[in-house]
Amino acid sequence: MLVYEKNYDVIVVGGGHAGCEAALASARMGCQTLLLTINLDAIALMSCNPAIGGLAKGHLVKEIDALGGEMGKNIDATGIQFRILNTKKGPAVRASRAQADKQQYRLRMKLVLEQQDRLDLKQGEVTALHVEEGTVLGVATKNGIGYRGNTVILTTGTFMRGLIHIGLTNYPGGRAGDLPSIGLSEHLAQLGFAVGRLKTGTPARLDGRSIDFSRLEPQYGDDPPIPFSFSTVAIEQPQVPCHIAYTNERSHAIIRAGLDRSPLYSGVIEGVGPRYCPSIEDKVVRFPDKERHQTFIEPEGRDTVEVYPSGLSTSLPIDVQIAFYRSIAGLEQVEIMRPAYAIEYDYVDPIQLHASLETKLVRNLYHAGQINGTSGYEEAAAQGLMAGINAALRTKDREPLVFGRSEAYIGVMIDDLVTLGTKEPYRMFTSRAEYRLLLREDNADIRLREKGYEAGLLPETEYRQFLTKLTRIQDELARVQREKVLPSALDPWLVEQYDLAGLQNALTLEQLLRRPDFTYADLARIDRQAEEVPAVVSEQVEIQIKYRGYIERQVEQVERSKKLESARIPQDLDYQELAGLTAEVREKLQKFRPDTLGQASRIAGMTPAAITVLSIALKMRAAR
Amino acid sequence: MYIHDTIAAISTPLGEGGIGIIRVSGSQAVAIAEKLFRNNRNGGLSSHRFYYGTIVEPATGEVFDEVMLVVMRAPRSYTREDVAEIHCHGGYLLVQKVLSLAIGAGARLAQPGEFTQRAFLNGRIDLLQAEAVIDLIRGKTDAALTLAQHQRQGLLSQRIVAVKQDVLHSLALVEAYIDFPEEDLGAAAGEEIGRFVGKALAQIESLLAGFDEGRVLREGVAVLIAGKPNVGKSSLLNTLLQEQRVIVTSVPGTTRDIIEEIVNINGLPVRMLDTAGIRASEDIVEQEGVRRTIEQIPLADLVLFLLDASRPFDEEDRQIAETLASHRFLVVTNKADLPPVLQLPTSLASAPVLSISTQTGAGIAALREMIFTTFLHGTTVDRRELVALSQARHRDALLKARGVLLGFQSNIAAQLSSDLLAVDLHEALRALGEVIGDTTPDEVLDLIFQRFCIGK
Repeated sequence: MLVYEKNYDVIVVGGGHAGCEAALASARMGCQTLLLTINLDAIALMSCNPAIGGLAKGHLVKEIDALGGEMGKNIDATGIQFRILNTKKGPAVRASRAQADKQQYRLRMKLVLEQQDRLDLKQGEVTALHVEEGTVLGVATKNGIGYRGNTVILTTGTFMRGLIHIGLTNYPGGRAGDLPSIGLSEHLAQLGFAVGRLKTGTPARLDGRSIDFSRLEPQYGDDPPIPFSFSTVAIEQPQVPCHIAYTNERSHAIIRAGLDRSPLYSGVIEGVGPRYCPSIEDKVVRFPDKERHQTFIEPEGRDTVEVYPSGLSTSLPIDVQIAFYRSIAGLEQVEIMRPAYAIEYDYVDPIQLHASLETKLVRNLYHAGQINGTSGYEEAAAQGLMAGINAALRTKDREPLVFGRSEAYIGVMIDDLVTLGTKEPYRMFTSRAEYRLLLREDNADIRLREKGYEAGLLPETEYRQFLTKLTRIQDELARVQREKVLPSALDPWLVEQYDLAGLQNALTLEQLLRRPDFTYADLARIDRQAEEVPAVVSEQVEIQIKYRGYIERQVEQVERSKKLESARIPQDLDYQELAGLTAEVREKLQKFRPDTLGQASRIAGMTPAAITVLSIALKMRAAR
Repeated sequence: MYIHDTIAAISTPLGEGGIGIIRVSGSQAVAIAEKLFRNNRNGGLSSHRFYYGTIVEPATGEVFDEVMLVVMRAPRSYTREDVAEIHCHGGYLLVQKVLSLAIGAGARLAQPGEFTQRAFLNGRIDLLQAEAVIDLIRGKTDAALTLAQHQRQGLLSQRIVAVKQDVLHSLALVEAYIDFPEEDLGAAAGEEIGRFVGKALAQIESLLAGFDEGRVLREGVAVLIAGKPNVGKSSLLNTLLQEQRVIVTSVPGTTRDIIEEIVNINGLPVRMLDTAGIRASEDIVEQEGVRRTIEQIPLADLVLFLLDASRPFDEEDRQIAETLASHRFLVVTNKADLPPVLQLPTSLASAPVLSISTQTGAGIAALREMIFTTFLHGTTVDRRELVALSQARHRDALLKARGVLLGFQSNIAAQLSSDLLAVDLHEALRALGEVIGDTTPDEVLDLIFQRFCIGK
């Protein structure tokens, strides 16, 4: 085998959403980086729906952006419809979502990668790792070239032993139109990794010219569109609507009649699919009483007629697909451009990872994205970013960057993955975050900018902008705590509107803002200066004041759990030798091998007594 | 763990001991002691000094017991926090009462092993002591397991699980509403959430009524003797009491009112309820007694269904059996000294049956044992302590959950945003979790996916 002349600091295997963030992070942190992918034309391709963000996912994108990642900027540059979801349900669960121009998204990301110093992009399929004495030293590709690297990041997506299903027909593939990765997952199993199988699916892509949009309900984005990135000033490109359509009883009858040729129900598919993203046949079978299912017809771009019917993924045969899509009102004449399919792929149980995403088995090897059993572009990108940062930190002999569950959704997700593993594709939900009120989209920069800067990823200019914003927030907070209004000195109509009659003493502006319905817009009517406060500042001040009680309650909980979170459990701790644990608890600890007492306490079935026994064992070891 | 709050627990085995010690540890320990303790000296409490005085209910000044009190200020204490120990007279009820006063004054019930955990976390335990401590914890672990099994089988924890289910359902509705804004989940579920929370609160109220502090602490578990007239209910009560307090006559329907007596069974205080004979009768007074009996049945933790072995199973017996169907009961057949006539119907085939004679005393010891094991699996003092703890723990958890859920209701009325409403429900689940184990996010998600057709 030919060994390539360069010696890379970081080799990233895969060019999807995880691979892109990993490669950019590492190169931006000064590392000589190589990105290897099966198809350079498919970099940052959106294999499923042409959208970024949504509940909890939007939170992840903001966190990626705050740390210095690319996803937020990329969607801001190529998004064709932006919306803020949950505007009425509280600031913690407000989330951004955008439709992407699929081809523009991919091309812009490729351009960013190409313009990045220290980053080489090469086409090639990695089939094996070069591992010596438990440390990875490089990778080998199918076409006979070996690359040396101090660290390797695997971001294989759905490609490892990918198997595409359309009805009872199936064939190997990494995604429709792309070859699978063959050999790498067998190699990982030989190295000792537990490899499992998952399944996911995608709907057909339909020809927009054959849809009667006049019969569908349009859904427009927010005006003006609000960007993801803390650095984007405004969204300039034109915006387009989505359309809402519904299935009906006849659609469901067509699905039911085709079930005998479903790979899912005939047992051909072995992999476990995601419950939150079921195929239409799954929905019809599991919820027989539901008369209709909603779908958003999402445009795939401005320069294409292809559209994506969300929520209508299926692995039924093509004739059933045609009949099914045509049963939907407005889609009677629809032409399928690309059929829907299910795909099975290999993943490596993430319980075999440290919180830095380095594998426990092979030193300097990191896993990110769907290889860890997750689903979703945002989940993948967030892991890719962290793997890239941590691989780069490793080459600099620095400690890994790991976020706690109270610091970031990224921390919640990675802790869930490495503590509990996963048996189905893992998706982020806000309900997974116990400190949800602290982990808001609006404060992602306040939570994480500093960390991104310390790691050496966030550019100086963006950091300076952030510090300016922080100062303005603090100044404004101090101002509203200090400045007072005397109700009797106000216009009578203001006194009446804000129910201030009878109040003798002066109120601080903060006291006014503490009222549930009193916003900055209201404040501006009473206080001239409030008018001049920029929205990003007033938003923070208002949230911090209004939710202070609840936020403080969560901060208190975080403080309580800190001692457990910071108590590390050595990897060689022998649970069999530990007196005082029940057999059940011992078995669980042996299996999950938690890194900290905090992680141990989150394993189902762990008792307070078992945690005490563990803490004492740790203390004894430390004294030895 | 709750490093900064103040915890309290009974440090001595409950039951027959001469002295019971309640230990309080944390920043509020001394303040709590000062609230509860009265003596005729003025001035504060010095560290490491034994004081003689009384324990009082702070609100009323009512005196509960003569005690010795010692305060050990940080760091010179077992946990390295401020510690107060109240040495009172031993005995199940009194020690429980003092513990509940300490909790009322601001302490939280300690988790098993929590004093040791604090001692460890605060760096108090050294290597020499560690081996011994591990043995101690092992004891606690095994006992905790017993407790867990006991609670799994226990009626009460089943009911708390039911409360949790209702809270979980409300939370699933709130979380689905938050996490899936683009799904077509149907009309807003506000009304349904209100209904689930209302149901949870009603269950908590009824549990608290049944496990009201006064009742548990003064009266222990309630056992009701039910049976038609003249089967020997009062004789059984007297035999268990081993003294004649209840008028016993052979005229049917004499015992008209509910009679309550406390019987000590291996240290477990059992509140025996003797009922007026449940009997179809024209007599207004007696019918009043029957009404009271039926009212009492839900309050009883166990019903002894007393039958006369020398008479056939008749319509009156059948009616009682029907009333009892949904309650925990033992079938006790009396008059084992007379020729047997009674044949149990198939509906009682699977019920536990015990044969006794109040005349000869046969089977009484076995009955006492059976009552005891119905509540406690085993006879050691250790396990009794755990059940006592678990009772206080149940109550503690339920009170906390009730407080949070009442807050939730007013927050819903005040139209607080969903993210804040979810915080209340999570706190209620955490409170219940102290008894029946934590709720994981996956439990909530499971419920959402079962209920709603989610997926894009």
